[in-house]
Amino acid sequence: MDILLIALAAILVNNVVLSRFLGICSFLGATKKATSAIGMSLALAFVVIFGGIISYSLYFFILVPLNLEFLRLVSFILVIASLVQFVEMFIKRYVPSLYKSLGIYLPLITTNCVVLTVALDVAAVSGTVPDYTFLTMVVYVVASAIGFGLVTILFSYIQERLANTAAMPKAFQGPASALLIAGLMAIAFLGFKGMI
Amino acid sequence: MKKLRIILDGAFKNNSTFIMLLGLCPVLATTSGVSSALGMGLAMLAVIIVSNVVVSLIRHLIPNEIRIPVMIVIIATIVTVVEMLMKAYLPDLAANLGVYLSIIVVNCVIFARAESFALKNGVLDSFLDAIGTGLGFILSVFLLGFARELVGTGAIDFKSFINGETLFLVRIFPQQYAISIFVENSGAFIMLGLLVALIAYLVPQVGAWKENRAKAKAQNSLKPNLETEAK
Repeated sequence: MDILLIALAAILVNNVVLSRFLGICSFLGATKKATSAIGMSLALAFVVIFGGIISYSLYFFILVPLNLEFLRLVSFILVIASLVQFVEMFIKRYVPSLYKSLGIYLPLITTNCVVLTVALDVAAVSGTVPDYTFLTMVVYVVASAIGFGLVTILFSYIQERLANTAAMPKAFQGPASALLIAGLMAIAFLGFKGMI
Repeated sequence: MKKLRIILDGAFKNNSTFIMLLGLCPVLATTSGVSSALGMGLAMLAVIIVSNVVVSLIRHLIPNEIRIPVMIVIIATIVTVVEMLMKAYLPDLAANLGVYLSIIVVNCVIFARAESFALKNGVLDSFLDAIGTGLGFILSVFLLGFARELVGTGAIDFKSFINGETLFLVRIFPQQYAISIFVENSGAFIMLGLLVALIAYLVPQVGAWKENRAKAKAQNSLKPNLETEAK
């Protein structure tokens, strides 16, 4: 029950994009086409999940016993940067078409705040007890990744349809309309607040 | 004059928020009120100045292939220091900004300035560029925070960074007419979208106005010449 609650909260209620404003760059930038949004979400999911698990282990099994908690930002960001390098090499080798369509947004996953924030979230300690046990931590990172993917892919389909049909004032074309759509999606997602 | 241009370009022409649309996460997350927006702006200004100066100082020592990890570590160190200082001296602001303070580490604006400016320019120019970019950021978050707080609550409530007490409160219109969605999360997207559209509308207008003025000036300076020639 606890696990279900953590998962639903991370996917719908405290959605990383719509209610915590994380990863806006890739959310706005890589969603002109649904295919690149799906690729982006998968690549990001990989980095978020493994980044979270490695950061959690690094923090509680190495940094805390050595009293080096203040190093967490520096060490987490290095973990994430190496993971992104790995994903980049993997995609370049096996899915070159996706590598091309993601372009600059792939290396930029390093500076995607979703990854770092999720890593910092799982390393949070209230009092003396870690906020997450290993199991709930895995649930949380997977759910966060799903939350990002869900919203990004839905958003990319809206963008695709809008690009073909809508006649918009010039000033609203591009980022302004995308932000307004995101706002409307956020209002829609507010409805999930009553669930928990 | 050229130095002033660097600051102005950083603040207006290359405004990170409204023109380049970079690093929007903290912009959206910390602008539900004027005071937290200003706090975020000041933290960004501090980090960007130190990072630009440090990167520019050691730019000849960084091998090109590993410049990104090097910059990440530099920025992460600076943010750790700023975070510790803020927790010690401005505890209420630090609590308000929460995780958004830590994730300045991955802010694209700071990266973009380090990568595209500080790596190629001298220390003084990089410092001025950081000031310009930082001021542009402060201006943007202040504008957004002001618009959101005003429409969302009908008043501007400026809180102290140290203990969260209200320093001054100016009520513009009664609470009951406020549209509270604008101080909530979804309102952040909508207000930013509206402001981006407004600026996308204004920029060409200002450009046209400047051109007209330049033309008028050129004609005015031509006129006396023509008159003397006619004589």
